[in-house]
Amino acid sequence: MTANESGAHPWMGNSLASVKQAMLDEIGVATIEELFEQIPKEHRLKAKLKLPPGIKSEASLRRHLTSILSKNEDCEENLNFLGAGCWQHHVPAVVDEIVGRTEFLTPVWGSPQSDLGRNQAWFEYASQLGELLNMDVVSLPVYSWGCAIGHAIRMASRMTDRHEVIIADIFDPERLSVVENYCEPVDMPDHISIVRVKTANGLIDLADLKKKVTAKTAAVYFETPSYLGLFETNAAAIAATARHFGAETIVGVDPLTLGIVRPPADFGADIVVGPTQPLGVHMNCGGGVGGFIASRDEARYVREYNGFLVSITETARAGEFGFGLASAHQTSYGMREKGKDWTGNSVYLWAIANAVYMSLLGPQGFKELGELIISQSHFAAKRLGEIAGVSIPFKTGFFKEFVVDFTKTGKTVAEINAALRKQKIFGGKDLSAEIPALGQSALYCVTEVHTSEDIERLAAGIEKAVM
Amino acid sequence: MGKKSSDSVKLRNFHSASWDEPVVMQLGVPGRRGQVFAKPDAEVVKKAGKPDSLIPRELARTTLPKLPEMTEPEVQRHYLHLSQETQGMVNISLFGTCTMKYNARVSETVAQRPFVAEVHPLQPDDTMQGILEILHEFDLGLRELSGMDQFVFQAGGGADAAYTNCVVTRAYHKSLGELGRRNEVITSIQAHPCNAATAAAAGFKVITLNLEENGYPSTEALKAAVSGRTAALFINNPDDMGIYNPNIKEWVRIVHEAGGLCFYDHANFNGVMGKIRARELGFDACMFMLHKTFGAPKGGGGPAVGAYGCTAALAPFLPKPVVVKEKDKYRLDYGMKQSAGKVREFFGNVPQVIKAYAWLCAMGGDGIDEASDISVLANNYMDKKLSKIRGLAMSNPDIRKHRLEMTRWSLGPMKTDTGVGTVEVANRMADYGVDPYWMSHEPWVVPEPFTPEAGEMYSKEDLDYWMAVIAKVSEEAYAEPELVKSAPHNQPIRQIKGDWLDDPEKWAMTWRAYLRKHGSKSGTAEKTAPSHAAE
Ligand SMILES: Cc1ncc(COP(=O)(O)O)c(C=O)c1O
Repeated sequence: MTANESGAHPWMGNSLASVKQAMLDEIGVATIEELFEQIPKEHRLKAKLKLPPGIKSEASLRRHLTSILSKNEDCEENLNFLGAGCWQHHVPAVVDEIVGRTEFLTPVWGSPQSDLGRNQAWFEYASQLGELLNMDVVSLPVYSWGCAIGHAIRMASRMTDRHEVIIADIFDPERLSVVENYCEPVDMPDHISIVRVKTANGLIDLADLKKKVTAKTAAVYFETPSYLGLFETNAAAIAATARHFGAETIVGVDPLTLGIVRPPADFGADIVVGPTQPLGVHMNCGGGVGGFIASRDEARYVREYNGFLVSITETARAGEFGFGLASAHQTSYGMREKGKDWTGNSVYLWAIANAVYMSLLGPQGFKELGELIISQSHFAAKRLGEIAGVSIPFKTGFFKEFVVDFTKTGKTVAEINAALRKQKIFGGKDLSAEIPALGQSALYCVTEVHTSEDIERLAAGIEKAVM
Repeated sequence: MGKKSSDSVKLRNFHSASWDEPVVMQLGVPGRRGQVFAKPDAEVVKKAGKPDSLIPRELARTTLPKLPEMTEPEVQRHYLHLSQETQGMVNISLFGTCTMKYNARVSETVAQRPFVAEVHPLQPDDTMQGILEILHEFDLGLRELSGMDQFVFQAGGGADAAYTNCVVTRAYHKSLGELGRRNEVITSIQAHPCNAATAAAAGFKVITLNLEENGYPSTEALKAAVSGRTAALFINNPDDMGIYNPNIKEWVRIVHEAGGLCFYDHANFNGVMGKIRARELGFDACMFMLHKTFGAPKGGGGPAVGAYGCTAALAPFLPKPVVVKEKDKYRLDYGMKQSAGKVREFFGNVPQVIKAYAWLCAMGGDGIDEASDISVLANNYMDKKLSKIRGLAMSNPDIRKHRLEMTRWSLGPMKTDTGVGTVEVANRMADYGVDPYWMSHEPWVVPEPFTPEAGEMYSKEDLDYWMAVIAKVSEEAYAEPELVKSAPHNQPIRQIKGDWLDDPEKWAMTWRAYLRKHGSKSGTAEKTAPSHAAE
């Protein structure tokens, strides 16, 4: 930068030549280059970076970004029925305001005192989720539901010193791929083998489960609702079978169901995991996902958590409370390779979104929301089932997702989805390659964002597509 | 009324907001509502049946969760109070290793729009062309900065990128039939703990090299550790002391000769942007922190992105999917047969990648080069001035060369002289309106550490303010140590007590656990709980 400093970068306080010179003078060197003396010359990049010059104008930058992103289509201008691990729900406006606050959005972390508000919000995340789940311990969220399952299985493996986990033969491939990594390849000494239990009518087949659970089983993991949307009505029997063999029961649950159905803990779950994105986080093209882990308040569980546990605590002033990290020594921050798995930056801003969301809904909100979702989804399933050639293999017992079978229409899901696209509808996720036994089926997701008119529009769209 | 420091910078007479805010579980009145949802309409009920009839009877919830019942503005107010009770970078934060940056608001406003926020990751590729274009263009930018051949953004943070490197390393050695035998990862005690921890969680044995007199482990120590069992080296350079290992190229050669891979944890990239590249140093893979170096917000711990890049040789093993450009179209490629699978669902914290891309565009090649200059200049400016403050000592005082973008300092002398250590100083500095600094990750290799990192955002006046604060606290420590030891004094609460935190009888990670363990002590109903400011 020379005499004309009007082009100083708006994000860099010290890009003025005069300021740089003052700092050089204080240090006592002539050039900035001298400060790089530690790096051997032959390590240095010879050429200038082949990157365009900076766009210092905010107006131009905004234009540049929006002109690219306008090429997207989104789920506001299209009618969306995709779910499968990332779901379109209403995000209350207050949630957006709070997570946009600079104090929450931008920093890393401070002390328990200077960061009182954030720690309290985190504690409120855990406290409210704990009420929904009927569990006393909830850690700060991990990266995703799949990651939460992975950590929970590893917890169970360490607790039982066993290396087998049982999961259903029908399972979200996204989550499964993550879980497989967390269970490590067979070549590794702590490999956990994944044993698949059969499903019957979409639910875990108890007879097959009894064959698969043994004294080697570290944990049985199942979901309610399952990947295909069904409530696991055998939850208590599954947990009892696992317990009989000394295995842990890990259950995945959609927290939005918990205003209308009992939490897994009531059926014998030991560790409960699930997605946090439904609790007030935008889909963000998959960037909204997060996963919770919860358990009973027993030291043998608590001592196995990989992530942060925020506890209420006393302060130096009588009667005053604050928050601190409980059982913190066990994390990888302090114990490195001896820590419980690992931890790092996760999705803690979303934990605040989740806290705000749960406070806004309250008990009645969760009940009302659950009732609305289950009604809309069943309405949609019934309506689609009326279309010639379209059937609904699992007609009852689901929450917001359900399978729609198009086999008898003679059309593939791909063809139907392509036709729907033309009507500005994103049809359900194509299951035909994933689960061939279901033929030309798709997984549809209907939530509180869908009105009955939307569902009629979908039905009309499908009618047109199958003609 | 400001207080004067020795350097005649006027210190602010600061006090944080203190709302004495109850825990949300104590708030509300039965029946109040913050969100109301429509009832299913008549047509829906007619066709689907009443909601009750749709819930499997054995599962139906009979007692509602004990959540607060509040109006919408009450909830808003509560969380606004909590945000104000968070110091949260509204003034100066020199939190080292995390590279505090301006998180441009323009990027926030763009990322909140439906064309990002309301996009589903399973939408057809042709409806996500804008997002895929940015992922690809940003990948190209990172390739230019690193010399790597392909980046992915699936990892949900820096540690998750280290984990990504573990799964890629496994897949690579497996493809050669060597995984069982190559079971060791080498790292250094100055590498971030996540390197060792993810390696262990991925099934590797961890060998940790100690620092020697130059401030980094010796090449001899590396040679002694390397063998046919070496799967990979995980290393950062410069380290958190601001020290650069000049032998790094030789290290990479030694590990390669033994058949191992070399991973560059590039969290400390800010001082060397445009100055060195992972490729030319010989690395096979590297990781950039988009929530640090690339201006995406940290969110107080994510959503974050560890952008993971590697050479073409390792690219087949990357987590799926990768973005590819064909003619003028972009698509997600899930086809890689040797892929290590996934480390997290979908393909990354997309809004964060967009913000990082915006940062790259706004800075440009010229700005990035200047930013690394400024970071190193500012750190050395601070080194010069901090060394004049009583009780502070630079780590590795015998290393005379200038440090890079941050320097590890020690308050060891102050602790010996006054009994005041680094935790207390951080607490006291917050009283003057600067966010607590980063001390050091474990283990502390210097006593009472702290690690300021100036970066390029803060002005010289900001840095002078920060240094005036620590100078003032040093004066206080020598004159009136109790004042510092009992800090903070201008924060919403006093020091927390640690005795509940590791005691299973007392810790309480939820309000329900708190009521069970501590609620009855007061002998009153559950709405009774301690308040913040009892004075
Ligand atoms: C050198 C280094 N590597 C890795 C990490 C881990 O990053 P994250 O916290 O995003 O998981 C950090 C974070 O502090 C770091 O400084």
